[in-house]
Amino acid sequence: MSLDPLVLEIVLRSLHVTVGALIFSTVIGVPVGTWFALTHFPGKRIFTAFIYTGMGLPPVVVGLVVYLLLSRAGPLGSLDWLFKIEAMILAQTIIATPLIIGVTLSSVLSVEPDLRRQLRALGATRWQTTLSVLYEARFGLIVGLVAGFGSIISEVGAVMLVGGNIEGRTRVLTTAVVLETRRGAFDLALAFGIILLLVALLTNAVLVGLQGRSGRSTP
Amino acid sequence: MSKPSKLYLIVLFTLLLSLTACQTASPTPTATVAPTAEPTAEPTAEPTVEAADAPQTLRLATTTSTDDSGLLDAILPVFEEEFNVTVDVIAVGTGQALELGRNGDVDVVLVHDRAREDAFVAEGHGVARFDVMYNDFIIVGPEADPAGIADSATAVEAFTTIAGAEAVFVSRGDDSGTHGREKSIWALAEIEPAGDWYQSTGQGMGEVLTIANEQQAYTLADRGTYLSRLGENFELVILVEGDDSLLNPYGVIPVNPEKNDSINGPLAEQFVNWLTSVETQELIAGFTINGEPLFFPDSETYRAAQE
Repeated sequence: MSLDPLVLEIVLRSLHVTVGALIFSTVIGVPVGTWFALTHFPGKRIFTAFIYTGMGLPPVVVGLVVYLLLSRAGPLGSLDWLFKIEAMILAQTIIATPLIIGVTLSSVLSVEPDLRRQLRALGATRWQTTLSVLYEARFGLIVGLVAGFGSIISEVGAVMLVGGNIEGRTRVLTTAVVLETRRGAFDLALAFGIILLLVALLTNAVLVGLQGRSGRSTP
Repeated sequence: MSKPSKLYLIVLFTLLLSLTACQTASPTPTATVAPTAEPTAEPTAEPTVEAADAPQTLRLATTTSTDDSGLLDAILPVFEEEFNVTVDVIAVGTGQALELGRNGDVDVVLVHDRAREDAFVAEGHGVARFDVMYNDFIIVGPEADPAGIADSATAVEAFTTIAGAEAVFVSRGDDSGTHGREKSIWALAEIEPAGDWYQSTGQGMGEVLTIANEQQAYTLADRGTYLSRLGENFELVILVEGDDSLLNPYGVIPVNPEKNDSINGPLAEQFVNWLTSVETQELIAGFTINGEPLFFPDSETYRAAQE
């Protein structure tokens, strides 16, 4: 299949939504997850349970809620985000953030607790300690990011609902697969599916590469 | 293990609660379909006792318009009961429905795109095409009618005005029968719609109406789906209707049983006979939404009986 400019445009839009949502969910998720892991407060277990539940949020329900929020009749209707890329990034951010928080939480928790105590004993500030812990947890974080990327780019229900699958504006790889299938153009649907797989494969290859490097550099 | 699982339940419950709260807070654009008490909807009682032999299954590929409107729910139980059959309805666009038939994945198709239906039969995928009924398309848009199409005498004139004003128009863009009709009207108007104002969504009629409503845009809709969406938070009004180029005939085609062994040819034929019979045609005529009929019976048998 030739790389038709229209196809390329859909691929780029998919990446735009995915990377956008991943950046937002990382900016929110990593600090929150780290804070959760390193702080003790009453009700922490309940919060943790919330986060783990959030990791399994049904995307289509998130899409529905975002749709209702952004609808002209909804509370955020004045933003005029519905059926635009902003709405898709918002929905995907909501889907991916609990995932990033959860992965951050567990990878920070898996860092040897003695390390923190030692660092503090050596006179490191709280900030320096946190950064070192995050550095030790980096491998887990990368896995989390890649998993987030994979789940966002392959999500279809929420982006269909809030994006509207509008040609040249909000059509992404997954919604293109749905559309071509509905149209009966199974070969084109399959082609989009293969592109989606290739993008996922490429991401995982990058992950494996990073994994190898981080494995080597870890003492 | 017992402690976390209890916790999990509490969390789940809270989450559900918050979701429900969310839903009631912001008015949902739910369709208020009132499938008027049909005489047909009578004993929808499941497998009757005499069903000693397992019911046969008929796979029907049809368009979203027949299913979304509630017509099939109103009439199919009668067929299912009478012939001890379960009908699996696959509601998709006309393009996919015909493709399903072409691949031999269904027994019968009920669609509305005359040219493609004829091609389907001519290519040997279907046995023959039979008239069933028709409904009509309407051009809907915001009440304010920014492009000023309400006075248009024909659909072509309305489309030309919309394009001239570059008013937002939401297209199905999914090769469905409705999309096919839309394209043919653009062709008659000698316009190739493109630009920011023309939004091709590739979605079903219900979704397209939602999108058009949200954006206060124009669109071409089948009357059935439009009527079924009327209600709270739906503000689009009918601006152009009744033009000949907006009539929408439906045809039923049994799939060629020679395609594969799993196609139930006799049952498909039985279905076609039933669907075009005077009794069923009267059921179709009696199907209304908010008191308005959606489909007008038009089978050969029915037309003959009227004379």
